[in-house]
Amino acid sequence: MDPREPPTPNRWRRFDEWDARPLRQDRFAEEAPEQGFCAIGSPFDPKASCSISAGRVTVLDGKGEHDFDLIDEFVARHHLDPAVVDEAMALAPLDVARMLVDIHVPREDLQRLATGMTPARLAEVVAEMSALEITFAFAKMRSRQRPGNQAHVTNAKDDPLQLAADAATAAALGFDEIETTMRVASNSWANALACTVGSAVGRGSVLFQCSIEEAEELRIGMSGLASYAETVSVYGTEQSFIDGDDTPWSKAFLAAAYASRGIKARCTSGGASELLMGFHERKSILYLEARCLCLQRAMGIQGTQNGGVDGASLTASLPSGVRELMAENLLAVWLGLECASGNDVRTSASEIRVGAKIAPFLLAGSEFICSGFGSIKGYDNSFNVSLFNGEDIEDYLVLQRDFRVDGGLTAIGEDEAIDLRTRAVDAITAVLEELDLAHPTAAMRRSVVFASGSDETQGYEPGAVTPMSEAIDARGITAVDVVRALAKRGFVAEAEHVLMMLRQRVSGDYLQTSAIIRDGRVISAINDPNHYAGPGTGYQMSEERWAKIKRLRGTLSRKDVLAGQAIRGTEERRRYTLENLGPAARGTDPHEVVVGISPGFGENLHETTAGHPLSAVIRALMAGISEGGGTARFVRCRHTADTSFIGLTAAKLSGSGIGIGLQAKGTTVLHRADRLPHLNLELFSNAPVTSLAHYHALARNAALHARGSRPDPVVVPSHGQALSARFHVQVALIHAVETALTVAGALPVEVRPVFLREAAA
Amino acid sequence: MTNSAKLIEFYPLAENRPDLVLTSSGKTLDTLTLDAVMAGEVSAADITITPAALVLQAEIARSAQRDRLAENLERAAELATVPQTVLLAAYEILRPGRAKAASDILAMAERLRRDFGAQRIAAMMEEAASAYQRRGLFTHRY
Repeated sequence: MDPREPPTPNRWRRFDEWDARPLRQDRFAEEAPEQGFCAIGSPFDPKASCSISAGRVTVLDGKGEHDFDLIDEFVARHHLDPAVVDEAMALAPLDVARMLVDIHVPREDLQRLATGMTPARLAEVVAEMSALEITFAFAKMRSRQRPGNQAHVTNAKDDPLQLAADAATAAALGFDEIETTMRVASNSWANALACTVGSAVGRGSVLFQCSIEEAEELRIGMSGLASYAETVSVYGTEQSFIDGDDTPWSKAFLAAAYASRGIKARCTSGGASELLMGFHERKSILYLEARCLCLQRAMGIQGTQNGGVDGASLTASLPSGVRELMAENLLAVWLGLECASGNDVRTSASEIRVGAKIAPFLLAGSEFICSGFGSIKGYDNSFNVSLFNGEDIEDYLVLQRDFRVDGGLTAIGEDEAIDLRTRAVDAITAVLEELDLAHPTAAMRRSVVFASGSDETQGYEPGAVTPMSEAIDARGITAVDVVRALAKRGFVAEAEHVLMMLRQRVSGDYLQTSAIIRDGRVISAINDPNHYAGPGTGYQMSEERWAKIKRLRGTLSRKDVLAGQAIRGTEERRRYTLENLGPAARGTDPHEVVVGISPGFGENLHETTAGHPLSAVIRALMAGISEGGGTARFVRCRHTADTSFIGLTAAKLSGSGIGIGLQAKGTTVLHRADRLPHLNLELFSNAPVTSLAHYHALARNAALHARGSRPDPVVVPSHGQALSARFHVQVALIHAVETALTVAGALPVEVRPVFLREAAA
Repeated sequence: MTNSAKLIEFYPLAENRPDLVLTSSGKTLDTLTLDAVMAGEVSAADITITPAALVLQAEIARSAQRDRLAENLERAAELATVPQTVLLAAYEILRPGRAKAASDILAMAERLRRDFGAQRIAAMMEEAASAYQRRGLFTHRY
């Protein structure tokens, strides 16, 4: 069918194209507050209120204490500070919102006020704020100053060899926490052991958790094979909570239980989980999350993982949904909780939405920007594919560099990656062998070192891992056994790293809010509190850290570009030379086309940005001029490197008044002597997509113009590529070489291309 | 340590006041070396946190205006010596539908108070029992 004919049925074709975009795989929900589909400010949300009688909360958000459900009860008894309630609740929500973005109101003051505010009031305050204001307030309100990040390390086979290699890789990339889970629940102990070993390779100092059923997770933690937990899920309605098989009190007990074993813990909440579980009580997502967060503070947990998490995609399907996710995170830090700020589930098939989703968090910084960055490939993620995955790590690194922000990650070199992965696989092999859990073959190990994902490994399959996992549990193997096995087999640094993490557990230093461990040192809200108070305050990236963020793989410098050109130059000198014939004179041949070349052309620059050797471009031009019935003459301009001026200079020297301007990078103009410099006849401005056939056609046109015809201009089609992103670094560096060679007022020199093979013939 | 405003200045304790934190077997942090592990002198019991260390961390949290975290760490101090099976049983009885009557929870609370001096934990469990009663949680779930 002729694409120029109108389509059937009647439809603007752009809609077909839009239909085919990844974005259209996302579904968007209509707002329907009565069905719980409302991000912020449902008409069914209660109006904030709080009454105190004899030091006891008797009314909470419009409900009398006899009607309190489990969540109200816990919030009333343990979140609200009766001594602060009257003062805090008397403030207008808009005024509090303004305090949150006011650099003169300290974080501590606002955190104190939050202890006197009900969930409905907290939600009302952040509802007053724009996405920008939320971002800013988040930067000000988070507890730990230094930002960080958390990785998922899992694979589709539960293969311990790959887990160890990937945990080591994640540690090297800079993640402060590593979280694993299993395809098969009975493989939990093997996963925990493998990640413990892997995260001790190289940098060490990484907190690690194995996500599984609460009671099991606690047992794994007690064995020393996990150092933190974040499965303490809470929900914003009573029925969801009970379906989640817990109550506020059982979770509070669990929070104390984790701490009693020296295990760092955070809760998990996050918008729309109640909606997914079918008990939303017609409330907005933000209000329900505010209840969750008050509950968490009330329990005395140090932190939270929120901002959607499993419900992130559903929340993001709603109008203002992504803003709601940000508002949740702000509430968490305002309440003084460490915040692992979501950005874990991939909320969109659109890369544009993904990039936009992460941007506010990169700008503001967060204690854990992602509560699960997929350090492995998307298909290996046993939680769910993440917002950012192994495939996207370099994109993320570039975003850090673009905005000069610290997103917690550092680039990893190719040799470093192979060394680390080899070491990690060797270390886990040593532990598996020493503990007589498994004896991996050399082929299995080798495949894992080089594999990007589990599709490429010959490692263990889930069924083979289960007996190892059961043996670890049954035999009561602990992290101390791992230390011993590592040291016995010569992995002393790794043994020391595991032991260091165990030693940290004894002091409990990392039980304080927002704790991470870097270089063996605990950093938390206590010894690295956030004191943002405007420009020049708050987290300041060190020069050393910035140097690491700046360093990307494959950056270009002038040296690189010139080295590339020099290699081409050696080849070119075997093909042709440009013979210097002295000062160029004006021609008299009425069919002449003069080609002006730039100062560095064929001197220290030898190929166009499309990769054509300049000798080939010259041949194409000569053939085209000849085909159009013209004669070619070449002059080198030395007074200018600008295509237009080169072209016009050539035209003015031409007997026909027609000239071509040609830069070494390939940009080309067809000019006539009587025109203004920038008002040419034809222009190839996109040298990277200009082919030799295009040069040939333009040169033919030049000759036709010289003979008085009006040929159709040659159009170089562009397919909408981001050519400037791809070529402008090179272009700027090359052009600087050309401009440096210009001499003001220098006269053009006539040159003659001599092709050496012809000369020999 | 009575002067808690001072204690927070020594945070992290493992770095600045390692003398204040002992393992549950009474060892100091600096004895938890690789050589000691290899000599079989360090067992899993040596890498557990003590009630005393949890109380110190609670003091630090309170000095940092994090009173709820402090309370949690104090509850944790009460649980630190509770054996794993008892700990898991207490957690289990608090989960919805496990207890068939308030008395099941109250019995466990009393046991923790009596055997482990877990006053705060017991109070929390008693509060739970009353809330569960009011909200009808003592019902069949599975």
